[in-house]
Amino acid sequence: MAKLKVEDLKRNKEAMKGTVNLRQGDYRVKITVHMGTCGIAAGARKLMSALLEKLEKSGSTDIILTSSGCAGLCNHEPMITVEEKDSAPVKYVKLDPEKVGRIFDEHVIGGRPVAEYALAIGSETTY
Amino acid sequence: MEDLSLHILDIAENSIRAGATFIEIDLAEDVEKDLLQITVKDNGAGMDPELVEKATDPFVTSRTTRRVGLGLPLLKQAAEETGGELRISSEPGKGTEVVATFKESHIDRRPLGDMAATLAALITGNPDMDVAYRSRLREQEVEIDTRSIRRALDGAMGVNDPAVIRLIRDLFEKREG
Repeated sequence: MAKLKVEDLKRNKEAMKGTVNLRQGDYRVKITVHMGTCGIAAGARKLMSALLEKLEKSGSTDIILTSSGCAGLCNHEPMITVEEKDSAPVKYVKLDPEKVGRIFDEHVIGGRPVAEYALAIGSETTY
Repeated sequence: MEDLSLHILDIAENSIRAGATFIEIDLAEDVEKDLLQITVKDNGAGMDPELVEKATDPFVTSRTTRRVGLGLPLLKQAAEETGGELRISSEPGKGTEVVATFKESHIDRRPLGDMAATLAALITGNPDMDVAYRSRLREQEVEIDTRSIRRALDGAMGVNDPAVIRLIRDLFEKREG
């Protein structure tokens, strides 16, 4: 049986040192993947996997990747929300792994929201 | 849902919305009886008998009981399509256990799918929650418990660190033997 052993982790701990992440509250950008039934059925898990890969490759320690439930906009799934500290959150809709890759590069890392994938910037819409 | 691992992610998300701090996911099979059994058990808020009754009915659920949506009815349907069933036992304040059984060889039984991605999504999104995963299947035998990972890391990093998630993912690629 494949079993994750404590020794494996300890052995890897040294190698992981450089990647140690704050992720406990102090962050520059927070990415939320909406993981309600609607989001999951529409492909949210693929977005999460793609973002994890991007995050790992970037080596950034000031980005939080998290998940939440249904945002009530099921027809727009899969969605993510990107929040830069002290900026308005941006909800991105109808995404795929390629689009979140671009959002990661341009918005999360570059600080420039990708307007063409955004539902609304700064506030909720009512439809 | 395309596969069982997506159903499992969805049911576990219910547990998270119910405030669970610990989720146990168990996959087992009975080769002789041709059964595959998925159990998702949490220590969340639980449901009273009335809500349990409603939980698998897609038409009764209302916005005031938002914790339950289409996820359980979809899993029930996936199980029943194979001649299996869905059982829910729950107690308010204690938690909920969802057991789905499938006729394993049935043509309509959906594939297991990418369980590594499901666990990665769960752990990444909920670093303060613990997950114990165990599969004892011919196609996959894996055991992961974030409580022991947390102890081993000893605060050096979170269980949601990409490097830790990578180790967990790698575990699924190791072949038995």
